[in-house]
Amino acid sequence: MTRNFIQVQNAEMVFNTKKGRFHALREINLNVAQGEFVTLIGHSGCGKSTLLNLIAGLTLPSSGALICDNREIAAPGPERAVVFQNHSLLPWLTCEENVHLAVERVFGATESKAQLKARSLAALDLVNMGHAATKRPHEISGGMKQRVGIARALAMEPKVLLMDEPFGALDALTRAHLQDELLKIVARTQSTVVMVTHDVDEAVLLSDRIVMMTNGPAATIGEILSIELERPRNRVELAEDTKYVHYRKEVLDFLYTRHGHVEKAA
Amino acid sequence: MVSAVFHSPRDAANEARPAASDKPKAPAAPAPVAKARQPVDWRGIVLKVLPPLVGIAALVGIWALLTIKSSTFPTPLATFKEAVVLFSDPFYSNGPNDQGLGWNILFSLQRVAVGFGLAALVGIPFGFMIGRFDFLSRMFSPLISLLRPVSPLAWLPIGLLVFKAANPAAIWTIFICSIWPMIINTAVGVQRVPADYLNVARVLNLSEWKVITKILFPAVLPYMLTGVRLSVGTAWLVIVAAEMLTGGVGIGFWVWDEWNNLNVTHILIAIFVIGIVGLLLEWALVSIAKRFTYDDV
Repeated sequence: MTRNFIQVQNAEMVFNTKKGRFHALREINLNVAQGEFVTLIGHSGCGKSTLLNLIAGLTLPSSGALICDNREIAAPGPERAVVFQNHSLLPWLTCEENVHLAVERVFGATESKAQLKARSLAALDLVNMGHAATKRPHEISGGMKQRVGIARALAMEPKVLLMDEPFGALDALTRAHLQDELLKIVARTQSTVVMVTHDVDEAVLLSDRIVMMTNGPAATIGEILSIELERPRNRVELAEDTKYVHYRKEVLDFLYTRHGHVEKAA
Repeated sequence: MVSAVFHSPRDAANEARPAASDKPKAPAAPAPVAKARQPVDWRGIVLKVLPPLVGIAALVGIWALLTIKSSTFPTPLATFKEAVVLFSDPFYSNGPNDQGLGWNILFSLQRVAVGFGLAALVGIPFGFMIGRFDFLSRMFSPLISLLRPVSPLAWLPIGLLVFKAANPAAIWTIFICSIWPMIINTAVGVQRVPADYLNVARVLNLSEWKVITKILFPAVLPYMLTGVRLSVGTAWLVIVAAEMLTGGVGIGFWVWDEWNNLNVTHILIAIFVIGIVGLLLEWALVSIAKRFTYDDV
């Protein structure tokens, strides 16, 4: 297992907007080990999605370097799959075709059509969506769409799974259900995951480490909390676990006491 | 006509949106099936059928009242009788200046099809390029803004000068009037492809060909079809006027010819026929557009 699978070194992000320069991130230093589950948490506007986009390669840092598996991140690539908040499935393709688009790109050159199809269906089965392979996105519920989005990402067999508030738009019950499934899938696939969230329980339940970010502008990493809870984790048992309650309190304390969201004057 | 020809990009987007919102109503479609088991909803049917019938009856009634004592303007009954005669033999041919109503319509439709088809071949790829490349968009938008409001008939002399024949000049006029809505709507569609879809393309690292066929084209299609619909509508409006000026076999020239014969009944029939053909064209294209419209999920 590589200790420094993803390395973020002194990353700075400055956006040139119409209103002038906006300093979004400063001095971000973070190492993620292979197989680790890391969540980024912070108030809205703290740049956690910006950091995720940097790792995805969708945007490039103003200065500093990002490295994944000993290679500099210069562009998006299939080894870093992204699950978007709004799933972003293409409405004119069926669930299977949506997944197939990703599979084809990664394995199309080396595998037969039947193998590609088997991969797409296997990915859908992994998220329990095999039954909806021929359905179009508008025919399935929000939670199901998000699962297909995860299937599309997993089907590429990425080295890293990047998730941008993947369950943010779902109701609480569906969210809990998908979190449990994600835990199982990650345990099975040993994926490295970087996930953006604003949900404290979600962060503590899923993570090996929680990266807590200070408020923007010029946000940076305030504190990193290691979550040493046994896996597999069970949300019902954890609810009364003293360690779990302690971690939860730590994050809440960081977010609301030490770095409470100050509404900008004027 | 004016609204169709001078269609601004913003209007075009608004046009496309109702089409997109048509789909969410689709789940409601099974309702009539459920209704079939229940007693027939006579009240609903009457409320649906009655108003259009009242509208038509009012038109015919007012027309009949106004023409009761007129000797120059035909009554509805006389028009109907004449229409029956005309429609009983729509495809006769007594030389170039005396052909059946069916031939006239077909010739007009053919001109529209050729002119419109050429416009689609040029306009749609052009719209794609303008939408995709900011430089081209800025380069051509002043030209388009300048030329688009020009009445299509103003282009007819240019057509006559260049092609030295009436028929190609009419087709040229159709071409020039139907190209603008297609360019503009396609360009707007390309510019409005959701950023999420393009991010998907970047993350999946799709080839340019896949981006075009799997993401851009399906995303732009509803906008494009709106452009096509507006174009065909405009083309059908313009062909009548163009044919009045160029002559030959065609519904527009037929109207002009009947005016010279002082056969007002035939002119009235032609007006109805032109309206019905336009309605059918519109209906056909709306059904195609519905087929290719997807919800933003």
